Amino acid sequence: MTVASPSAERSVAVRRRSPLAETWANLRRSWAGMLGLALILIHIILALSSPYWVPRDPLEMNSVIRSQAPSGEHFFGTDKLGRDVFSRSMLGGRVTLLVTLIAIVISRVWGGLLGIVLGLVNGRADELLMRVVDALLSIPWLLLLLLIIAVMGTEMWVQTLTFGFTYGILTVRVARAATLDFVTSEFVLAARARGERRRTIVMKELLPNVLDVLLVDGSMNWSWMLLGFASLSFLGFGVVPPTPDWGFMIAKNREILAVQPWAVFGPVIMLSTLIIGINLFSDAFAKALGLDRSQGAPV
Amino acid sequence: MVALIGRRLILALITLILISLIVFLGVEALPGDTATAYLGQMATDESLESLREEFGLNDPLHERYLNWFGGILRGDLGESMVKRKPVVELIGNRFRNTVVLATAAALVGIPLAIVLGVIAGLMRDKWPDVFVSTTSIVGMTLPGFVTATILIYVFAIRLEWFPAITLVPSDVPVIELLPNIVLPIITLTLIMVAHILRLVRTNMIDVMVSDYVQMARLKGVPYWDIVFKHALPNAMLPTINVVALTLAWLLGGVAIIETVFNYPGIGKLMIAGITDRDFALVQGIAIILAAIYIALNLVADVLSMILNPKLRTARGH
Repeated sequence: MTVASPSAERSVAVRRRSPLAETWANLRRSWAGMLGLALILIHIILALSSPYWVPRDPLEMNSVIRSQAPSGEHFFGTDKLGRDVFSRSMLGGRVTLLVTLIAIVISRVWGGLLGIVLGLVNGRADELLMRVVDALLSIPWLLLLLLIIAVMGTEMWVQTLTFGFTYGILTVRVARAATLDFVTSEFVLAARARGERRRTIVMKELLPNVLDVLLVDGSMNWSWMLLGFASLSFLGFGVVPPTPDWGFMIAKNREILAVQPWAVFGPVIMLSTLIIGINLFSDAFAKALGLDRSQGAPV
Repeated sequence: MVALIGRRLILALITLILISLIVFLGVEALPGDTATAYLGQMATDESLESLREEFGLNDPLHERYLNWFGGILRGDLGESMVKRKPVVELIGNRFRNTVVLATAAALVGIPLAIVLGVIAGLMRDKWPDVFVSTTSIVGMTLPGFVTATILIYVFAIRLEWFPAITLVPSDVPVIELLPNIVLPIITLTLIMVAHILRLVRTNMIDVMVSDYVQMARLKGVPYWDIVFKHALPNAMLPTINVVALTLAWLLGGVAIIETVFNYPGIGKLMIAGITDRDFALVQGIAIILAAIYIALNLVADVLSMILNPKLRTARGH
């Protein structure tokens, strides 16, 4: 986070360290936050490196070794098509991570900027667009995702845009609310009095001040996106088979859960550790920035 | 206050009309039309055309929207072309089943969340708080289908206490549904409890260090009197809105849980509707769920206004 010109309201005391260093110092004091960060990093490293070292071809079927229990050969056993569950579990988060990480950036950019602008202009257009935002938020999230993807298709870039759009809607509201705290502040009034252009006020005065809110909202959004993406995959609207994916693996292997529980546990453990990691990190990150995230809506 | 409530009511209506537009246009944009989906491979150009004519698929867009919206106001959600039945009839019992499930989960979950939240808030950073808070993060963050899968493995497959999936038809009496919904209720409760609990905990902590609670302590008011008479009512106020949001979420997100447990509810119907390109059905379910969401939020807003005098004079946001 970079602090803008005269944003004196929040940092009354003169800061010795940069805000970034200060946040990091706060974050390091939280064991839960560090655990979360470690889990996230492990998952990102696994996603990047797994194609180079997984022991088996994740797509190779072998009817001789169907639904085998975990062994030295197959650490997580095999599924009903004889595929190696360990290799598939290691690879199963690649699409999810790629889609959600890009979508997070998209949702920050459009949701954040639109929210700030609406908070600044605060007139008819604001009133009207907020009604549309409210309306979109009243449609059950799963239905909204399913509708857009049913209309637009399941290509990866479509899903990325869909998630970036859908999860940015709530961010519009968050960014707007955060902006409203600053539009009447002296430094914005001063900028207006100086005759600064609206664009300059948004980028130089408001954005740096609501950036922390946007980032915390983003880390929470990330876990909701993962939840959403995994749910879509689970229902068969996510990653296109045969590409291994956690949600879809859980859905398919669940069908004969009693016979081969290990084929479900692999992806369950991977998906759960990532989501829990993100949430532990989000909590600590919000606290490190002095924000409270318990108000978040269960979207 | 009446004026404020009136304003809220009008806003809710505008939102509902906007949603109907979004839903209508969104569903219209689904690729392929129902006539083709319905007749499948046997379709000839003539039979497709006559089917489209019969169901008014050839009318201009705005006319179809007005017809549809007029129908909603009269309680008619149109005709499902895939199932050849009125949508209202298709939804009927399934809606009841979802409400039974959601109500049961709410009845278990909300009191549990409040009790646990108060305990965690009062014992901040001691082991009960750490335990409850950590468990709630896990419960809140795991996708419903993961929690459900783990529960099914433990309680249905290993211990054989409950059925793994529901095998009764959608129109059985409520009493016959009950044994089937134990695991779905536990799943929903785990997710729901966490959100409410965290808010109650935060509020409780804030209230317990507030000036008036300090004052009461100094005056020598017994501890539990402070908790129940002073702290709890104030900690509960902001919770109303979250409870409403959680309930609304419950109705929307319940689709996956219903699918996992094969429970004959509205959410499972909605997913089937999208797969079958059943326009009328998806539109109908979407508008019902959105209306419930809006209604719950409205009730929560009005309730908070009645309970909190400060909000009565404040302008709505």
